[in-house]
Amino acid sequence: MKYITAYTLWLVVFFVIPLIIILSFSFLEKTPYGGVNFSFSLEGYKSLLTIGYLRILWRTVWISIISTFITIIFALPTAYYIAKSKFKNFLLLLVVIPFWTNSLIRIYAWIFVLGNNGIINQFLKLIGLVDSHIQFLYNPWAVILVIVYTYLPYAIIPLYAAIERLDNSIFEAALDLGCSKRKAFFKVLIPNIKAGLVASIIFVLIPAMGSYAIPDLVGGVNSKMIGNEIARQLTTAKNWPAASAISSILTLITLLGVIIFVKSSKKEVLN
Amino acid sequence: MLGSSVEIRNVDKFFGDFQALDKVNLQIKRGEFFSLLGPSGCGKTTLLRIIAGLEYPDSGDVLFDGISVVSIPANKREANTIFQNYALFPHLTVFENIAFSLRLKKMSENEIREKVEKLINLVRLEGQENKKPIQLSGGQRQRVAIARALANEPKVLLLDEPVSALDAKLRQELLLELDNLHDQVGITFIYVTHDQAEAISVSDHVAVMNNGRIVQIGTPYEIYESPADRFVATFIGETNLMKAEVVDVNDEFIRVIAKGLGEFSCYKDKEVSKGDKILLTLRPEKIKISTKPLEGINSFHGVVEEEIYMGYQTKYFVRLDEGYILKIYKQHVNYLLDEKIIHWKDEVFVTWNPNDSFIVEVEKG
Ligand SMILES: Nc1ncnc2c1ncn2[C@@H]1O[C@H](COP(=O)(O)OP(=O)(O)OP(=O)(O)O)[C@@H](O)[C@H]1O
Ligand SMILES: [Mg+2]
Repeated sequence: MKYITAYTLWLVVFFVIPLIIILSFSFLEKTPYGGVNFSFSLEGYKSLLTIGYLRILWRTVWISIISTFITIIFALPTAYYIAKSKFKNFLLLLVVIPFWTNSLIRIYAWIFVLGNNGIINQFLKLIGLVDSHIQFLYNPWAVILVIVYTYLPYAIIPLYAAIERLDNSIFEAALDLGCSKRKAFFKVLIPNIKAGLVASIIFVLIPAMGSYAIPDLVGGVNSKMIGNEIARQLTTAKNWPAASAISSILTLITLLGVIIFVKSSKKEVLN
Repeated sequence: MLGSSVEIRNVDKFFGDFQALDKVNLQIKRGEFFSLLGPSGCGKTTLLRIIAGLEYPDSGDVLFDGISVVSIPANKREANTIFQNYALFPHLTVFENIAFSLRLKKMSENEIREKVEKLINLVRLEGQENKKPIQLSGGQRQRVAIARALANEPKVLLLDEPVSALDAKLRQELLLELDNLHDQVGITFIYVTHDQAEAISVSDHVAVMNNGRIVQIGTPYEIYESPADRFVATFIGETNLMKAEVVDVNDEFIRVIAKGLGEFSCYKDKEVSKGDKILLTLRPEKIKISTKPLEGINSFHGVVEEEIYMGYQTKYFVRLDEGYILKIYKQHVNYLLDEKIIHWKDEVFVTWNPNDSFIVEVEKG
C-alpha cells in the first residue's frame, strides 16, 4: 500500500503535472522571446495544420512502426536463444552492456561507422568496391537502423522474461503431437508470450515516436521527426505554445495507439 | 488402434561426461503395459524421451515393429508422451488441447468435434471442454494430457510418472483407470515410475533401472519374488537382507550360518558351494510370528522391539536372541480371533519356510 502511494505521488509529480502544464501552454499565446502570455489562443494548433507538419507526423508514425516491427523480429529469436542458453546470465549482460555508454555517444558511433568517411566506406574503398563513398546516413533508413539498435535491448528483456518463464515441455509437447519447429513457434510459443510481446512493442514504439536525438544526428533534413519539430519550435522558433501543441498531439496519438493495441491484443488472448 | 512393439538396442546416452544410459536393452511386446521402474535420476525420463524422439541416443538403436526410428523426428514418430508435468497448452481450452493434433492434420470441424467428444467421454471430462488448464484439478489435467496424446492415435503411449503429482487416493483411482484405458485402446503403454507399488500393480512386465542400467526385467511377480540383486530386493517392497556363510549343500537346499541369527536352511536358487559368502533376502510377510513355539526348520526366538499398527497389518521388528533384527508383517485376518495379539516387548517365536528366502549375491569362499 505504501509503495502504491509513493508510486502515485511519483507519477503525479513527474508525469501528470508536466503533462497538464504542456497541455495548458498549448492553449496560450506565444511571446517573441519564448515563454507564454497567459491568455487563451489556438494559434499553437493552427500552425500545425500545414502540409509540412502532417508529412512529418506521418513520417514519425511509419518510421516508428517499421522500427518496432524490425526490432521485434530481431528481439524474438534473440530472446528465445538467450532463454534456452546455458549462459543466459552472461548473454543478458551483453544485452545490457550498451546501457553503460551514453546514448548520444552510441549514436555518434554510428556516424563514425556509416559516415561518408566512416569505417564501412573506407573499407569499401580499400577493396575497390566503390570510388568515393556510399551515402548511408541522412535518410529515414539510417534513422530506423539506429532506432532498432538503440531499443533492441528494451524489446529483448520483456520477451526474454516471458519465454524464460514458459515451461519448455509445452514446446516439446507440440513437437510430440506433430508440429514442426516452425509451427510450434507460432502455435504455442507466440500465444503464450503475448504479454511479453505487447510489453516489448510498447517499450519500443513509444520512445521511437518521441525520437529526437537519432533523427537529429543521423536523419538529415528529409528525415525529421516530430521530436525535432518540438525542439525547433522551443528553441529557434521560440514558439512555446506550438511546441506544447505538437507534444500534446504526439502524446495523444501515442496514447490512443497503445490503448487500441493493448485492447485488441487482450481480446485475442481471451478468445 | 493397434500397438507397436518397441525394441531398445544397446542404447547409450551421455550428458557431457555423465552417462545417463548405459547399454540399455529392452524388448516390449505390442500392446503390453510395460513399466520402467527406478529411483529418481536413474535415467527413466531420458530413456522415454529417446523413445519419443525428443532426445537422441549417442549409440544404439530404437525400433518400432522391427524398424529403426532413430532418424524419425518426434513429430513424425508414432509415439506420444504424457509429460511428467502434463505440459498442457495454457492458452488453449480443454477441447482445443485435445484437438491440437487433429487441427494439425487439417481434419474437418465435424470430424474434430466427433473425435474430441469421444475422447472426452473416454477420459470422463464431460462438461470441462471450455475450461483452461489452469482451471482444472491435477487429476483432470492428467486426463486432458491422456486424451490429447490419444487423439493423435499413437501406437505407443509414453507415460512419465503421470500420477506422481497427485494425492495417494486419486493416484490409486487413476492408476486403475489407466489400466482400464489400456485394455480399451489396446496400444502399447510404456509407463515410467519410481513407485514400485504402481509398477507391480498394473504392468505386464517391469524393467528395473538403476544408475542408467537395466538391472532386471520380468513380470511383477518375478521381480518381487525373485529379485536379481540386492538393489532390486531392497527397491521393490521391503525385505530382510541377511549375510550368511554356506556350511552345507544339498540337492535343493543349503544350510547357512548367519551372524545375529544362527544356523538355518534355505532354498538353493543359485549355484553355491561350501564356504561361499552369500546375501539372502526374505520378505517380511513370509515370516510367521507367534507367542507360542512354532514348528518348522527355521525357528527362532526373540523379543518385539517395535510394533507399528497399520490397520490391515502390523509391522513388527523382532530382535532375535543372537541380535539380528527381523522385520515381520502380520496380516490381520480375523479380528481378535487369530490368537493373542502380539505387542511391544512380548517374547515371540518366528519361523519361515526355506523356500521363501532368495540368494541375491554370492561371493566365492
Ligand atoms: N539435459 C540434461 N543435461 C544434463 N544432465 C541431464 C539432462 N537430462 C537428464 N540429465 C541427468 O541424467 C540423469 C537421468 O535423468 P532422468 O531425467 O532420466 O532421471 P529420471 O529417472 O527420470 O528421474 P526422476 O524420477 O527424478 O524423474 C540425471 O542424473 C540427470 O541429472
Ligand atoms: Mg523423470
